[in-house]
Amino acid sequence: MKDLIEIRWHGRGGQGAKTASLLLADAAFNTGKYIQGFPEYGPERMGAPITAYNRISNAPITIHSNIYEPDYVVVVDDTLLEVVDVTAGLKESGAIIINTTKDANYLKKVLKGYSGNIYTIDARKVSMETLGKYFPNTPMLAAIVKVSGIMTDQELLDDMKGSFKHKFAKKPEVIEPNMKALEMSLKEVKKI
Amino acid sequence: MSIRERLSGNEAAAIAMKQINPDVVAAFPITPSTEIPQYFSTFVSNGQVDTEFVAVESEHSAMSACVGAEAAGSRAMTATSANGLSFMWEMIYIASSMRLPIVMSLVNRAVSGPLNIHNDHSDAMGVRDSGWIMIFSENNQEAYDNLIMAHRIAENEKVHLPLMVCQDGFITSHSIENIELIEDDKVKEFVGKYTPKHYLLNEKEHIAMGPLDLQSYLFEHKKQQAVAMQNAKQVILDVAKDFEKMTGRKYSFFEEYKLDDAEIAIVCMNSTAGTTKFVVDKLRSQGIKAGLLKLRVFRPFPGEEVAKALSHLKAVAILDKSDSLNGAGGALFTDVTSAMYLNKNSVPAVNYIYGIGGRDTKADDLENVYKDLQEIAQSGNVGNPYRSMGLRG
Repeated sequence: MKDLIEIRWHGRGGQGAKTASLLLADAAFNTGKYIQGFPEYGPERMGAPITAYNRISNAPITIHSNIYEPDYVVVVDDTLLEVVDVTAGLKESGAIIINTTKDANYLKKVLKGYSGNIYTIDARKVSMETLGKYFPNTPMLAAIVKVSGIMTDQELLDDMKGSFKHKFAKKPEVIEPNMKALEMSLKEVKKI
Repeated sequence: MSIRERLSGNEAAAIAMKQINPDVVAAFPITPSTEIPQYFSTFVSNGQVDTEFVAVESEHSAMSACVGAEAAGSRAMTATSANGLSFMWEMIYIASSMRLPIVMSLVNRAVSGPLNIHNDHSDAMGVRDSGWIMIFSENNQEAYDNLIMAHRIAENEKVHLPLMVCQDGFITSHSIENIELIEDDKVKEFVGKYTPKHYLLNEKEHIAMGPLDLQSYLFEHKKQQAVAMQNAKQVILDVAKDFEKMTGRKYSFFEEYKLDDAEIAIVCMNSTAGTTKFVVDKLRSQGIKAGLLKLRVFRPFPGEEVAKALSHLKAVAILDKSDSLNGAGGALFTDVTSAMYLNKNSVPAVNYIYGIGGRDTKADDLENVYKDLQEIAQSGNVGNPYRSMGLRG
């Protein structure tokens, strides 16, 4: 991992993009990193476009602005691709990770010639097969970890097992499906 | 050993309050400080503190309850933002004039109107002449550390003034970042027990507090407040020294970041100082001698010390996250430049109003300010000193 990684999340209110950014910050913190996780607060409503950010670094982070030239962009909802300029400022050396089933031609067209790497994952399929409900944030968390190499797959799995045990102390039956969602996502995320 | 954690600024403030375990907390929720009393009320429900939590119906009542609690002889805390502070206005002055060392966590937000919930410093600047000690925090760590130091400063018998710890709404209050926490027992020992000399519930000493005070005495009492504010300077330094012994973290009136050999510098407060450090590092790598003075203690204003720290520069920019709307410059600019004049510091100085209503403060904007300073340093000509940073059009 390079010294500072900056990530921008695009999602819709209620899909858990903010939660995913906080989970990523948590996981990176637990592997010894310096972290920032913060949403851009606006007039939030269910379904409205929202943005969240992560900085992950080997050294203390002092900058407190939004992120304008991210290394990675995560798009939790592909209906945003035609609404939000998701590749704005995205480094060509970086990558965009999209939750979608759309084909490569469509994606290349809506990403307006972005020449960096494009990754996709069908988070709905993963989520439905493992959790039985549509919660895209767990698959997207695994996808960004896989693509960015912020930590190893095993570090993510070990850390999230601990987090889920704590978070779902009153619903232990959902721990295993969430772990399965992570494992499946690590394999499912594909470069186009 | 300190505890490595990751917390938002609001969580950090609430944890500090838990460790301080005050006698009374009275608060009314308002964005973006709402989480502080929310988390604290959970600590109360869980029995982690034995504080009397007063869920009042307004901020005016929150400050009134704190005034009553402190006057009775107990330790009281509150948290608020923006219009909540505006609604406390009357009681803010009562608290300081009754010499009650109430501690407030102020999560800075734009005061309406029009309605805006995001960060600027217009709430804090509105109470800058109210007799409260005002300490600003760059990040969650400083918001926490400043609260741990607050009671030792406010309750010192040479001071006896209320104190507010400021941090930027959303920018730090809602951002999760690394933090080093101090163990509970160490905080307890550091903060100590509050034993006021005079208080209303002392049956051995019958006193009145806050009675009518007309021409014959009010002036003398105001002078005592002003002297207490001056006394606070040394106490702030003494407490910081003890805090450094405990944590290794050094605090003073301000932080000088690469300032001693700088030719151009920015003066600012709160989270913008962190972004400025990032810009200073970038400019230094290009051979530009940029520096930063991050003001921590705004009231009492350490004018002489600030003027001295800036005296070797070729140009300085003072950043105000609130416009005083006087047509001449922001509050920090006015304070810094008048201190420079009194201390015979004639470094060219320029003011930038910025970040109003949550307008994001970008590294590029700050870099442009340093570029302007290079030009001013070269020409010696300030031009219009009353400028904006990040304003459209």
